[in-house]
Amino acid sequence: MHAIEVDHVFRIYQKYSARHRFQTFKSALVKGDLFRALRPDELVTALDDVTLSVEKGQTFGVIGENGSGKSTLLKLIAGIAKPTKGEVRTQGKISALIELGAGFHPEITGRENIFINGIMLGLTKKEISAKFDDIVAFAELEEFIDAPVKTYSSGMYMRLGFAIAINVNPEILLIDEVLAVGDAAFVPRCLDRIDDFRRRKKTILFVSHDLTTVKKICDRVAWLKSGRVQMIGEPKRIVDAYLQDVAERQERSFERRQQEPAAAPDGQEERRENRWGKREIEITRVSLKNARGQERRVFTPEDSLVVEMDVVAHTPADDFVFGIGLFNSQGICCYGTNTQLEDYEAVSIQGEGKVVCRIETLSLVNGTYYLDVAIHKRDGYPYDYHRNLYSLLVSSTHKDVGIGRLAHGWSFSPGIGIKPPQG
Amino acid sequence: MAPIFRNLRELYRYRVLIQNLVVRELKARYRGSVLGFLWSFFNPLLLMIVYTAVFGLIITPRDPDFESKPLVYALYLFCGILPWHWFASSTLESANVLMINGNLIKKILFPAEVLAVVTVTSNMIHFFFGLPIVLIFIPILGKTLTPYVLLLPVVVFVQYIFSLGFSLMISSLTVHFRDIKDILANWLTFWFFATPIVYPMTFSSIQKSAALRTILNLNPMTHIVQGYQYCLFYGSLFHWKRLGITLLASLALFIVGYLIFDRLRDSFPEEV
Repeated sequence: MHAIEVDHVFRIYQKYSARHRFQTFKSALVKGDLFRALRPDELVTALDDVTLSVEKGQTFGVIGENGSGKSTLLKLIAGIAKPTKGEVRTQGKISALIELGAGFHPEITGRENIFINGIMLGLTKKEISAKFDDIVAFAELEEFIDAPVKTYSSGMYMRLGFAIAINVNPEILLIDEVLAVGDAAFVPRCLDRIDDFRRRKKTILFVSHDLTTVKKICDRVAWLKSGRVQMIGEPKRIVDAYLQDVAERQERSFERRQQEPAAAPDGQEERRENRWGKREIEITRVSLKNARGQERRVFTPEDSLVVEMDVVAHTPADDFVFGIGLFNSQGICCYGTNTQLEDYEAVSIQGEGKVVCRIETLSLVNGTYYLDVAIHKRDGYPYDYHRNLYSLLVSSTHKDVGIGRLAHGWSFSPGIGIKPPQG
Repeated sequence: MAPIFRNLRELYRYRVLIQNLVVRELKARYRGSVLGFLWSFFNPLLLMIVYTAVFGLIITPRDPDFESKPLVYALYLFCGILPWHWFASSTLESANVLMINGNLIKKILFPAEVLAVVTVTSNMIHFFFGLPIVLIFIPILGKTLTPYVLLLPVVVFVQYIFSLGFSLMISSLTVHFRDIKDILANWLTFWFFATPIVYPMTFSSIQKSAALRTILNLNPMTHIVQGYQYCLFYGSLFHWKRLGITLLASLALFIVGYLIFDRLRDSFPEEV
């Protein structure tokens, strides 16, 4: 039994060009092209042959990047927009948490808005009266319910919107990224309500960027990519495939950004601030690689980081120290070391050479990091100092915070009821 | 034609929403003002005072109907201005209504024509608030209230259909042509003077010129406003034939307006 069936649906948005945007009624009349003016001249395909079905009682997740068509899909299912081609069939009352409090009127009180919003969402006055206290209690607005909505904070506004929508008691609940704006205390209560829906075997369509929640609560997941269904299936598999795709794209865009400054002619003048030393011994090239020796800019905390420096000693020397330092975006040194600190003894260097520093496990939290590399004398006199010239991105599904990601594990005595993460 | 009836049935299902939105509209309008609902009485009253001063005292009425009394003339004015005000403000407001409520159209599933209905209806309620003033002043000024006043609902009905048809057309077209709003303001001023509100049709200048009479008679608002004047001011039966034709014209306008609205409906969520 399907609660939602989306059958070869296309949604083509009509984009009116700048010429049309400033079209006026007068000019349309004068030119005699009133009806032509009403026709769009550019089409944008938001959904491209999307087919999916959601069984009754299922919690179905939709993931994808911004602009991939998720919200459009939701609007089609909610009936707010119509498919250009294809068919959307739904069974049962739908409530859409698309934009909370969309219909609120700022001048009238919360109480009056509850009634009007409820009616818009398909409740009768009697039903609203019956649920009124629940709604107010859930939104925690007992004190403010008779104040005009314009005096509400955005959090209060959102809570009231959610409280009404969730109390519509639909067969199908559509949720579009609305939990992203709630405060730390409210979001768990919303998730509780959603869990409640799942237990009562209602159908939920959940659009979110919060992949952990998607993995946790969804039975099936569809991944939309530029308007097409890329994959449908078991949540963990889909989320992983999606993450893989995102990581690859991140890598590419990160590299593009890296190449841009390098494109400037040598760039040495501009970089003077970030590079100093007389370069008796020069670092000619630095590359960042993973354990398999592939050049990378994006790493996971579990990856190895291999820093390779090509060096040239223009004059022979016997006093030299190689060093690296890793800084986070706040400029905090996460790790720094050099050959002197580790008691390597410099003997001689001449001509070209290669220095490799291998960090077995990166163990950093997510973020952008900058790398310093340097060759200097034991007393600190710099030969060639590269300050924050190289950057790398650490990206993962972990959400822990701090500077370093310390290896750790949890254990609990049997008396403590706690579930391990799923997936 | 069938889809129109289906849509109208659908609209009927939304009557509770319409009713609540109208109440909201009325509540929100004067929320925060000291006089509140009283403004519904004061606004037309103040307007009448202005017109009485200008047309009653400065440019004195020559028509025998007014017995050269400024206050009687003011009553005549009021019978026309009240319904005109209803028509003009619902037209002007409907030019904005889809944009103002863009949030609803984009995020909530409900037929957008509800908004046009709400605009016309809430302005009609306002009109009703002004009516008691006329009814009180008729006997005070020595005129008599006749049973023909009971025919008022007929005139109101014709005007409602006419206003709604016009509002549907204006509201949907303004989504695509924003300057309709500006054209409308000027057009309504012209229209106001092309309707026998400040002058009666019995003016000799109008009676003498057949062309002028034809033009005025082609204006549907002429017959609607005259309907009110007959029911209230003259206390006699309106030209039921003319009003009947106006009703047919209003229905035609309503259908055309609805078809335009329906044709453009799908573009609202993207354009508002």
